[in-house]
Amino acid sequence: MNGQPSILAAEFPPSIQDFFPASIAPWGGDNPWFTKITLMLWIAVALIIIFFLVAYRNPQMVPTKRQWMAESIYGFGRNAIAKEMIGSEGVRFAPYLATLFCFIFVMNLFAILPFFQISPNSHFAYPAMLAVISYVLFNYVGIKKHGLVKYLKNSMVPPAPWYILPLLVPIEFASTFLIRPFSLSVRLFANMFAGHMLLLVFTLGGFALINANGLLAPISVLSWVLTVALTFLEVLVVLLQAYVFTVLTASYVQGALADEH
Amino acid sequence: MLLAEVVGSTAAIGYGLAAIGPGIGVGVIFSAYIQSTARQPESSRLTLPYVWIGFAVVEALALFGIAFGFIWQG
Repeated sequence: MNGQPSILAAEFPPSIQDFFPASIAPWGGDNPWFTKITLMLWIAVALIIIFFLVAYRNPQMVPTKRQWMAESIYGFGRNAIAKEMIGSEGVRFAPYLATLFCFIFVMNLFAILPFFQISPNSHFAYPAMLAVISYVLFNYVGIKKHGLVKYLKNSMVPPAPWYILPLLVPIEFASTFLIRPFSLSVRLFANMFAGHMLLLVFTLGGFALINANGLLAPISVLSWVLTVALTFLEVLVVLLQAYVFTVLTASYVQGALADEH
Repeated sequence: MLLAEVVGSTAAIGYGLAAIGPGIGVGVIFSAYIQSTARQPESSRLTLPYVWIGFAVVEALALFGIAFGFIWQG
């Protein structure tokens, strides 16, 4: 047991530094713009584009297996999210919602794939950018449908007695225009961040225990068993967060499109 | 006289306390869903999206705790 490589165990309490992999730029140098994270982003985008292009290259009346898969994924975004949340009007948002779902799902999935094992979404920039897109989208469709003044009135002035309005309007303003994009992005980011942190704690904790002393060494097995269990939990979180982000975007669009309460 | 000493970050204790509220909240949401489905089984598909929205909104509070713990660790 003393022959254990102490490279992993040396840095037991995992820190923020574990989220910044080294540069892998082929031209060398310490380039923070080209790391494993960047590579995963490109792989995710390429995978989605190639999958849907190949599946739809030669569409059949009786779908092939691949076409059926692509159609089910798009159908899920269209029927279960767009139609269910926004109503029949929502079908025109189905392409965006389905794309968003696929993109977040593949990006999240890297958190549990061997050799990648970190999701790009555990860097705040990616969820923040996605939330900005959704924020612009729901404000744009709201303003386009109702006009600026009516849209602001719809989303900020709830039907309540006038004397409570000075309290409610600032709350509604903060909730709709400030907290929504913030919570949308932080939810996805913190889920992926905490998931990676948990897996690190239990994996590295196993090494720390095995290196500690003879009595603690068997407990490291427990730590690694928990790692496996938490990986299964991560599968659930990966799928759920992709779904939740998309459903919340759809629900905000629905709120922006809705007529007066 | 020094009787006991705690080293490390007390943020861990604080986060444990902060997670109680969202924990109860998420429990309430799922208990409400189970009750409504038991009383009206046909409504299970109708209420499911709202379960996930409510779950996500409540869970965000616990996740803010994680994020802010790292932001303000100094």
